[in-house]
Formats: sequence, C-alpha cells, structure tokens
Amino acid sequence: MALPRSFKKALWVFHVATGSCNGCDIEIVAALTPRYDTERFGIMLTGTPRHADVLLVTGPVTRPMLSRLKRIYDQTPDPKAVVVVGGCGSTGGVFYESYNVQGPVDEVVPVAVYVPGCPPRPEAIIDGVVKAVAHLEQAGVSK
Amino acid sequence: MTVGIATAVWGGIVVLFGSGLLGLVYKGFDRKLAAHMQGRIGPPLRQPFYDVTKLMIKENIVPDHAVTWLFNGMPVVSLAAVATILFYLPLGGFAPLFSGYGDLILVLYLLAVPALAMIIGGFAAGSPYATVGAQREMVMLMSYEFPLAITLVSVAWRLATILPGAHTFSLAVIAAHPLWGMVGPLGVIGLVLLLISLLVVTPAELSKIPFDIPEAETEIAGGLLAEYSGRNLAMFYLADAVKMIVMSALVVALFIPYGIAAPLGLAGALGAFIDALFFLVKIFVVIFFTVIVVRVGFARLKVDQVARLFWLPMTAMALLGMIFLALDRIL
Ligand code: SF4
Repeated sequence: MALPRSFKKALWVFHVATGSCNGCDIEIVAALTPRYDTERFGIMLTGTPRHADVLLVTGPVTRPMLSRLKRIYDQTPDPKAVVVVGGCGSTGGVFYESYNVQGPVDEVVPVAVYVPGCPPRPEAIIDGVVKAVAHLEQAGVSK
Repeated sequence: MTVGIATAVWGGIVVLFGSGLLGLVYKGFDRKLAAHMQGRIGPPLRQPFYDVTKLMIKENIVPDHAVTWLFNGMPVVSLAAVATILFYLPLGGFAPLFSGYGDLILVLYLLAVPALAMIIGGFAAGSPYATVGAQREMVMLMSYEFPLAITLVSVAWRLATILPGAHTFSLAVIAAHPLWGMVGPLGVIGLVLLLISLLVVTPAELSKIPFDIPEAETEIAGGLLAEYSGRNLAMFYLADAVKMIVMSALVVALFIPYGIAAPLGLAGALGAFIDALFFLVKIFVVIFFTVIVVRVGFARLKVDQVARLFWLPMTAMALLGMIFLALDRIL
C-alpha cells in the first residue's frame, strides 16, 4: 500500500547520536537552519521519538548506546525509517574495529538510507530523509 | 431564549467542522508568516492538514508505565472541551448556539479544562518528561487564571451597572453592547488595561512561545506530549488549533464585537456574510498580534519568570483596570 501524500509532506525527524564525534550532528543542525529551511518540505525536528517518522542516527554505536538505540527504535511509532548520517554509522568509519564499537548501525536496527560523508553536507542529509519515504513505500511498511 | 434541537445539531456540526478547518488554516498562516519573519520560505499553508493526516496514520503507542484509560481519554476530553466553548461564544454576528444555557463563568471554567486534561494526560503517561511538563502547566494555569478572571468579571460587572436587569454575564449581551462607547475616559483607560492583560494571557493560555514551558521541546522533549503519538497526538494538535480560534473569539467578543455590515448599510444574508468575513479578519488580527509576532519576537521564559509575570505585573494591571472601571462608575 502506498503511503498517502500527506505522509511525505510531513516527516518529523528525531536525532539519535550513538557516539558520533559531533561533526554529523552539527551538520544536521545546519540542515535545519533558515538557510536550508527544511520546514518548507514539512521536515521538522522533534524532541521525542514518539513523534518521529524518521530517525537520524549518527555515530558508530558505542557499547553504552547499543541498548538505547534499540529502545529508541522500538519507541518510534510505525511506519518509520532509519537514516544513517555519516561514515561512522554506515561502516564504522574512523572508529572501524575499535574495541568499544558495536556497530555499524545496520547491525543493530534496520536501516533505510545511508548518507555517506564525514560529515555529509546538509543537502545530502535532506536528500537522505526524502529518500527514506521512497524506501518506506517500496518496502510497503505502511499499514 | 432556547434553541431548537435541529438548529443546535446542525449549528453544532457546522461550528465543529468549521472551527477545526479554520484552526488548521490559521495554524498554517501562523507557520508561514513566522517563517517569513525569520527570513525563511516556510511550509505550505496546508501543512497542518498534512501533519494531522500523517499523525492519524501513525501507530498509536501507549507506554507500558501509562495508565491506559486516562492516557487515551485525555486527548478526547481536551478536544471536546475546546469544541464545547465554541457553542457559548458569539461567532461573527451570530449569537452563541447555546446562549441562555451558559455564560462567561462557564467559559472561564471550560477554558481550564483542556489544560487540566493535558496535565492529567501528562501524569498518566508515566514519563519523567511528561511529569515535569505537567507540573509546569499546573504552575502556569495557576498564574494566568487570576488576571484572566479579573478581566472577564470586570467587563461583565461594568456592563451590569450600565444595563441594570440585563443578563450581563451572557456573552451574547456583552457582544451586543460594546463597552467602549458607554464609559467615560477613565473607563476607557481601564478597558485598555484589561484588554492588554487579556492579550498577554492569550499566548499563555495557548502555551505558545514565550509561555511554551510545558512543552519546551529543547529542554523537556515535548513535555506533556512527550509520550503521545499517532491519533492521540493528532487530537491534541487539533485541540490546540481550535483553542487558538476560541481564545481570539473570546477577545473579539469582549472587546471588539463590532460588525461592519450595519455601518455599511448592508442587511440580510449579505450583511451576515460580510460580518462573518469581518469576524475572520478580526480573529486573524488577534492571532497575529498575540501569537505570531510574539512567538517570533521572544525567547522562552523560565517557569518562575512566568509565574512572577502573571502574579505581579499582570494581576496588578488587571486590578488597576478594574479600579479604573469602578472609578468611572463613581465619578
Ligand atoms: S562520520 Fe565523521 S563527522 Fe560524522 S560522526 Fe563520524 S567521524 Fe564524526
């Protein structure tokens, strides 16, 4: 079943930092500034996973964050999608095979879109969020 | 004065759907204009409709720690309470649907119900964020209620001294007799003070910046609403939109109930239509100055600052307004 149009026009994102260096997080904030004005597309940052449609996950998933990431994923209401922002979350990046890293993210929760870069540009992050909807539609996750 | 069952039902349906639509449209204007003021393009005007539709599709999660029936019941209570107020308010030239069955005091109580519903829902969610939000909402409710009550009661009392015998607590009577022309210069000063205090109470009643401490996304993660998702959140969203209409309709009924049809010499259906349009404009002006401009121009206050603001300066101002109205009567 295809998602109705209003779903694509009102994506609320929640930002989960799972041990990132803060570089990606700053780029996410940059994507929300008036210069990029994501509210044009209905994309809004929420303060709680309960309101979110898209989880923006940054960082390689450190040991303490493992259970938290799973829990936040479960707290998000369906239909939902995970967008990994940055090289760390996608592959481990500079923290690859570190003793403290349990990731990358797709070993913990299902991932819809990978946004590569260290850190990615804000345009790429916005593009990733928009692509997450297409993924949701293909997978037919909606109900 | 009684209303027929048919009028009540049909009028009720029109008012309910109309106010829901109108609330969402005005919310769209709110977001668009706020974006323009911040140098952004902003979302389309239909954005609130998208948001609500989307929320209706989303899963409705009830947290494990929540008291389920309270948690699910409070969004309904909140929406029902704000919708009920609309039946007692004069809307654009039309008398209140239930005029004769309830008055200003009932409206004052009903206005507190959505806030109380949110408080109970927040406590029922069993999340620390929601609990902190509920406590803050309680503090705020206690702060703004006093100036609000003084304002409403002063207006009704002054009208009672001018029109002895009339049912001056009825909003229809108040809207039909604007006080501005009936009082002396002192009374006008008093009315201005009361109007200002009501306008300052409005954003607090609506939990908008700078008084959005119960929701405060950046510090307590959405506060009261932190655990709400899906359909329940959509209902709170709608209740918020309708409450915006309710508060501004109350300001309009108390202080600017003028129509333009009579001065323009229009009567009948055309006159009613023009008056209804003019009413929408008046509501918009009130929302523009109490919500949109204020929201963009200010930062969030702290909870103690809000309490102090309403308990000292705003209460003093409302009391001063009342004293001026009383002096106007005596002198
Ligand atoms: S991808 Fe680069 S910028 Fe992003 S969190 Fe990892 S190290 Fe930092």
